[in-house]
Amino acid sequence: MENKESKISRRKFVKIAGGITFLVTGYPLWARYKHKEGVETSLEKEISAWVQISTDGEVRIFNPVAEMGQGSMTALAVLVAEEMDADWSKVKIEYSPIDPKIYGRSWGGGRGGGTMMTVGSQAIRGYYENLRHAGAQARYVLLKAVSEKWKVPINDLSSANGYIKSKQLNKKISFGEIASFKNIEIEIPEIPVDQWKKPEDFKLIGKYVERYDIPEKVNGNAVYSIDVRLPNMVYAFISRSPVHGAKPTLTNLNELKESAGFVDVVEFDHGIGVVAETVQQGFVLKRKMKINWSKGSTAETHTSAKAYSEYEKIADNPNENWKVINDKGDASKSLAQLKNTYEADYKNDYAYHAQMEPLNAVASISNDGTSADVWVGTQSAAGAKITAVKALSIAPSNVTIHRCYLGGGFGRRSMSDYVHETCMIAGKIKRPTKLIWTREDDLRYGAFRPMSLQRLRAGLNDRGNLKVWQHSIIGTGGNLMTSGASTDYYTFEDQQIQMKSVDHGIRTKHWRAVGHGSTKFAIEAFINEIAYDQQKDPLDIRRELMRNHPRALNVLNRVAERSNWGSVTPEGRARGIAFAERSGSLVGGVCEISVNSNSGLIKVHKIWAVLDAGIVVQPDNALAQTEGSIIFGISSALKESISIKNGEVQESNYHDYNVLRMTDVPDILDIDMITSNESPSGIGEAALPWVPGAIAGAFLKLTGKKMRHIPFTKERVLEVLGS
Amino acid sequence: MSTTNFTLNVNSKKYTVDVEPETPLLWVIREYIGLTGTKYGCGLAVCGACTVHLNGKPMRSCVLPVSGAVGSKITTIEGISEDGNHPMQEAWIKEQVPQCGYCQSGQIMQAISLLNKNSDPSREEIKSHMNGIICRCGTYNRIIKAVERVTEENK
Repeated sequence: MENKESKISRRKFVKIAGGITFLVTGYPLWARYKHKEGVETSLEKEISAWVQISTDGEVRIFNPVAEMGQGSMTALAVLVAEEMDADWSKVKIEYSPIDPKIYGRSWGGGRGGGTMMTVGSQAIRGYYENLRHAGAQARYVLLKAVSEKWKVPINDLSSANGYIKSKQLNKKISFGEIASFKNIEIEIPEIPVDQWKKPEDFKLIGKYVERYDIPEKVNGNAVYSIDVRLPNMVYAFISRSPVHGAKPTLTNLNELKESAGFVDVVEFDHGIGVVAETVQQGFVLKRKMKINWSKGSTAETHTSAKAYSEYEKIADNPNENWKVINDKGDASKSLAQLKNTYEADYKNDYAYHAQMEPLNAVASISNDGTSADVWVGTQSAAGAKITAVKALSIAPSNVTIHRCYLGGGFGRRSMSDYVHETCMIAGKIKRPTKLIWTREDDLRYGAFRPMSLQRLRAGLNDRGNLKVWQHSIIGTGGNLMTSGASTDYYTFEDQQIQMKSVDHGIRTKHWRAVGHGSTKFAIEAFINEIAYDQQKDPLDIRRELMRNHPRALNVLNRVAERSNWGSVTPEGRARGIAFAERSGSLVGGVCEISVNSNSGLIKVHKIWAVLDAGIVVQPDNALAQTEGSIIFGISSALKESISIKNGEVQESNYHDYNVLRMTDVPDILDIDMITSNESPSGIGEAALPWVPGAIAGAFLKLTGKKMRHIPFTKERVLEVLGS
Repeated sequence: MSTTNFTLNVNSKKYTVDVEPETPLLWVIREYIGLTGTKYGCGLAVCGACTVHLNGKPMRSCVLPVSGAVGSKITTIEGISEDGNHPMQEAWIKEQVPQCGYCQSGQIMQAISLLNKNSDPSREEIKSHMNGIICRCGTYNRIIKAVERVTEENK
């Protein structure tokens, strides 16, 4: 049967009539459109796909992704503006509607049509072609319109900085004036890649452009969902299971009802929500709730400190049923044959996202119950929408998600649990509701980077070269643990990667760089140990492994050169080196550390890092992301640990869940980016995974001792130094 | 838990609010007065996102009951300049400091309070003064650069 929709959807046209709106005919979008003041002006207005040009020259570009600090809100608009030759000073950036068919991207690039999730450092590479193409189409429409109006051939026209110019007529016209043309209808063709701008002609891509969101982030005007206030709004808090899976029974409802400001309670499987007239009354009511929690959940039996010995037994078991991640050659057999082999176990604790804005959302349902508005900072726009639609039982077309800035995401905001909670409460009490997670809620009901134990085994041939590699990962959280275990840039003759996941009933989730944070630690720390034992330069051992990957080798050599690797370090300091790939980007890094043998504190003094991420759309922002990733990496290596006892999270706030602070940051963060015309790859996480392994390498060089358990807390350092 | 009228001086304007006396100043500023640039991060004075000035000195507003702020001159991020053009804000833009931005009001308020008492701080003094304000995105090195930029410009 003929698929009419797909046939129509291939045809795109634009109509110029009091402004230019680029329509996609296959998907007529009807959405309520609101002005900034929150006043509904037009109920049914066609929404353009990527860009609108007003008669006053304003170019509105729609941003499909979450803005959580990674800066892609600006970078994506740059892609459109670049190809259409817009005047950047006239560009306004707004969140796009939530419709993955139009605004989604494909995993790993292509022309979109897939997910709207903002995860995995995917924004630039996922939209790079799609948005440049949209910009090229917009430019074509502008040229075509002028060519018809002025009756000149299209190739007589050129574009620059918001104007179209005719050589023949020697005059130019602004985009705003073109938008004022009447009744011109133009079919938009596909623009072949070879007609897009050449890199040497870029005016915005690869250049310095100030981030669009920064001015309102320094004057207090940036709106996060926690900032939304509505008339008649109430405040909701939830007391959630201290042990995951425990079900609540509220035992003092009558007492709560007597309390000032009580509005209602809302029961969930995982907790009890309480709603109050004021925020302070909400805090008080939350503390007052008396809840009996059911016993018998899986998590109750889990104590994280004890789980490692369980993992060791799994690693020891010759008959274990592993999930195979990668299997080249026969690592077990080769290891048995080689004389020169190494084995070591590496551990990592659970880690918490610790984004600065605790989870929250605001929901408001219309008086007749047929429509709803939800304000949320989310990495999963479509997920938030579906969650709200289901929780409220309101048709998707009547549920509007207002996307706000995210006070950090790092993976946690790709879940929609807090959206579900907010909508369930607002749906029950029928008043605008702000749900606030306290910091303690956010931490204790966190979804953590998995804990794991990694057993690494390696074999060297007679020439002392690394030949065989076996990497066994045991922990909780399934595939979250294994990202980054593969090492395509290192050549081993035999390489086996295998995983065993144990369910402890603990919530786990993607965390900045996901499993790379732990797998790259183990890999790089192990290589540094082998080099140390073999009395080889850890740079050289990696060079040899990178013999078939010139791009990675180039990155490694660059960082060695930049850091003057091998030079004499000051007394009491040592350097470590490591390499990692994440989201397609390659990073080599060197750190210089000292260790206080009395306090057990490791201090990172200097960092050198080199990044190869292909074409970099926004170099200064890429630098900022790299700085941030390195800080995050140091933080995870030295500080961050969630411990669980009988299912209960033991930490509660920033005083006992430590993250890196200002006095801990290195004096020098020297970052270099390799410029190339390779396809862009992800930058938001790339510089995190190499850090812990490099610190371990420096520690080994300095002390002769091996740090194999992240974080390298004072206590662990003292224990290792005393061993 | 009954409510009481409190009159506060915020950004040189008088506001009278009817709230429970234990309500932390943070939530009065945010939810009653509507100045939402000051953020909630921890509620324990350990992250600094809620930092405002009380008579020019930095104060973690998440642990100060509103009753304790009466009679003081309270300044929030919204009150340091008319158009976001305080030298510290301009330096923050020039150095492209914020990422997610959530902690930055607190960072800026803390940084201004440093220069109020020490116009030429060393890097170590900057670090130590700013240590109470967490930035999870890791913008610390840019914050230092921005503060040093303002210090240089003042010379």
